[in-house]
Amino acid sequence: MSTVTPSGETVTPPDEQDALTGLATAPEDATAREDRRAGRTEPDGGGRGPSGPGRLNALLEEPRRWWRILTSMRTALVLLFLLALAAVPGSTFPQRDLNQNKVEEYFAEHPKLAPVLDKLSAFDVFASPWFAAIYLLLFISLVGCLVPRIRVHARAMVKRPPAAPRHLDRLPVSASAPVTGDPSALADAARGVLRRARWRTVVRTEESGAVTVSAEKGYLRETGNLAFHVALVGLLVGVASGSLWGWKASVLTVEGNAFCDTVQAYDSFSPGSRMRDAALPSFCVQLDDFQGTYLANGQPEDFLAKVKYIQGDRAFTQDPDTEYDLKVNHPLRLDGANVYLINHGYAPVLRYTDRYGRVFEETPAFLPQDVQLTSEGAFVLPDVNQDPKSTVRTTDVQMAFTGFFLPTAPPSGPPIRSISPEAKDPAVTLVGYRGDTGLDSGIARSVYSIDQNQVDSGALKSVGSKKLSVGEVWTLDDGTTLQFAGYREFMTVQVGHDPGEMLVLVSAGFMLVGLIASLTVRRRRMFVRVTGDGELTVGGLARTDPDRFADEFQSLVERIERTAPAKEGAS
Amino acid sequence: MTDAQLADLSNTLLVVAILAYTVAMFGYAIEFAFGRKGVVASRAAAPAKRVLVGAGGPEQEEATAPPAPPAPTAGRAAWFGRFGVAAAVIGALAQLGCLAARGFAAGRVPWGNMYEFVSVACVVGTITWLVVSARRPVRYLGMFVMLPVVLLLGLAGTVLYVDAGPLMPALNSYWLWIHVSTASISVGIYLIGGVLSVLYLLREGYDRRVAAGRAANAPGFPFGVGRHLPAADGLERMTFRLHAFGFPIWTFAIICGAIWAEAAWSRYWGWDPKETWAFISWVVYAAYLHARATTGWRGPRAAAIAVLGFVTMMINLYVINFAVSGLHSYSGL
Ligand code: HEM
Repeated sequence: MSTVTPSGETVTPPDEQDALTGLATAPEDATAREDRRAGRTEPDGGGRGPSGPGRLNALLEEPRRWWRILTSMRTALVLLFLLALAAVPGSTFPQRDLNQNKVEEYFAEHPKLAPVLDKLSAFDVFASPWFAAIYLLLFISLVGCLVPRIRVHARAMVKRPPAAPRHLDRLPVSASAPVTGDPSALADAARGVLRRARWRTVVRTEESGAVTVSAEKGYLRETGNLAFHVALVGLLVGVASGSLWGWKASVLTVEGNAFCDTVQAYDSFSPGSRMRDAALPSFCVQLDDFQGTYLANGQPEDFLAKVKYIQGDRAFTQDPDTEYDLKVNHPLRLDGANVYLINHGYAPVLRYTDRYGRVFEETPAFLPQDVQLTSEGAFVLPDVNQDPKSTVRTTDVQMAFTGFFLPTAPPSGPPIRSISPEAKDPAVTLVGYRGDTGLDSGIARSVYSIDQNQVDSGALKSVGSKKLSVGEVWTLDDGTTLQFAGYREFMTVQVGHDPGEMLVLVSAGFMLVGLIASLTVRRRRMFVRVTGDGELTVGGLARTDPDRFADEFQSLVERIERTAPAKEGAS
Repeated sequence: MTDAQLADLSNTLLVVAILAYTVAMFGYAIEFAFGRKGVVASRAAAPAKRVLVGAGGPEQEEATAPPAPPAPTAGRAAWFGRFGVAAAVIGALAQLGCLAARGFAAGRVPWGNMYEFVSVACVVGTITWLVVSARRPVRYLGMFVMLPVVLLLGLAGTVLYVDAGPLMPALNSYWLWIHVSTASISVGIYLIGGVLSVLYLLREGYDRRVAAGRAANAPGFPFGVGRHLPAADGLERMTFRLHAFGFPIWTFAIICGAIWAEAAWSRYWGWDPKETWAFISWVVYAAYLHARATTGWRGPRAAAIAVLGFVTMMINLYVINFAVSGLHSYSGL
């Protein structure tokens, strides 16, 4: 016998209504059913008031109502909209995280408006309390809506398909044919067909002696949907852990120099709010050679930073020894940190010989100002022209040079802008200053410029300007000289670690897979009934893609009919 | 052929493609204009004849088969429709040739700047349309698809055009292959989805106005157009299917972009303007899919969200590339 109701007893066919329930995927259905089961009332239903033991219930009524509203599909929809809308100002106003300078420009241009906008976090949209409020509410809503759905789905996964409704011909698609033979053998055959097509099936015998097959498929749709939404939560956790425990830093390194992974070595360092400096891994990276290749028109083709690195405890005692080709799109991945090439430029080798014949040589990085790498920088010498025999320090003989480095100076005309980013005919154009650079005053300042206040106050006086090609020497009015001895290239790297990255990636993978399942798997139910008097009826119901179901149904029906001997064929 | 010749060939094929699409648009337009009597009449005459179909339960809306689609147009108008299809096929082939020649000329995949990106989106849109209209009797709507394709491609070939050339180093990555192609493909699919959403809104608006008893003086522009469009729920379902097809691709494109950004810019997400708008589009399309599953939002409201989704995609493509500078400034302009 093939009957398998729990205790083997026969069943009464229910109405179509029951065949239809449980196929829905929307959480409203699920939660509504949950509520009904738990005896909860509708939000506006008549069941209010402290009737019976319901005083506590009455107290909880209001919070429950809000919870239901928060976790409803409609609220999720509104929050999604708000989230999209809230992101817009993040692209229309300059953001501190992306470009601090632009924010300052904005403040300069809109002195009245900017502070107001700043109060509203317009320059830190994605770290603003209102943005956080929206996505946190959305995720609370999401979790609140997921939990009951997971429960419902888990139950559905273990439950067998429901009993066949009384009137299969009232289902959206149905077919029937006269057959001969033992109903349960016929039903078994039909079940075989459905099973082979990977439907979940159950065979039941009804009171009348008819045998039915109930079949269902497409559970993966809801599984995928739930996986997708759970993965969204994983994604948020990953993003959050990255911003709490991650860190990033940037540093500029000239050819021949190295940097090590310490906060002091970096030009900028931003730790996550829960990150402690002690967590920095130890490594050093040295830049040996930077190579930029360009097309004839100056468009860059490739950048390559030949570096050596060393990591672990050895980093404290030895020089970097492992070679690596650091490139754009090809970061150096170390234990606990990655190093990314994000910028590059030139550093002229400047040699100053002072009144006492002492030579001061430096290779200050000049920062690129345009795509042709016209670069601006400064060479500040607070310690020059001091009489070596005297112990008194004179401040008015310090020197400073500011100006531009041009990788390729124009062959004629004023040497203001480079005409190619490639160093084909490098030149510097410098203005010299003598006097007090202000560097003794102990205020940390940018090394890329001089203190304009010192110039304005007359403490620093110009001693002329000059264009120099490689090797040329500029003799100043006091007989001291400045030589443009050559140039080196520098790289700027971003260094950082994001501990949430892996979780984000895995979550994104699950999101995608879940999404595809939830959008492509089709949810269907089929019922077959074979009656004692030789009638085979098949009915089907599609929850999703109903217009494609007719063909699917037809082909299944044909296959089922083929397993059953037709009435005419038998005696 | 030298690279320069290939680049010239590519430009010639672009012109051929635009011309072919324009011809296709007129072919389709003639079918739409003169074939419609047939459509409307046949729809009115034949109440949906259903095989194997009975009444549904509470889920009737979903569970019943769709009403029979309008019969394809017949006669001379249909001939123009077929002509439109042929022209569109020629246009698509020319455009594929245009992209291939450019790829060979530049020695890289042909989606490295904005012109090429829009071109890929247009050819994907056209192919998507050809597939959709081969499977459903909606060919006579081709005009509504060819119009934006011609506009987008014409704009791309003139305003956005840049000569074939190699990539900037930041783009030199196999992720370019995946991220940009899938992003472009999603734009192409969403384009068709957006067009169908608009047509659905017109048809639905027309139906509503007629049902509201204003049939005596037929609805004016724009909803009057709805009279000549296929039945609303068929359109709605097609719209959904296109978006359900496009959305995972778009999701994949964004994920690939994030993976690439991690390697190139040291972080997988940084709210760069382009990233921000990709996020906005994604959320809007997610809202569309939710709306479709929410009572009271199914139908015109959901379709309006889908249209909004496409608007955000276009903002990302045009406004953000031109007006806002960010890391993604690779339009080549
Ligand atoms: C972080 C916010 C959310 C995002 C980005 C999101 C995204 C998505 C996407 C893209 C889909 C379409 C894929 C599919 O049909 O399965 C979807 C479906 C769905 N989401 Fe969400 N979701 C979010 C929050 C929520 C919340 C809070 C709820 C519950 C209130 C919810 C309930 C659903 C349901 C029921 C579906 C299936 C719709 C259907 O039956 O076709 N989602 N979601």
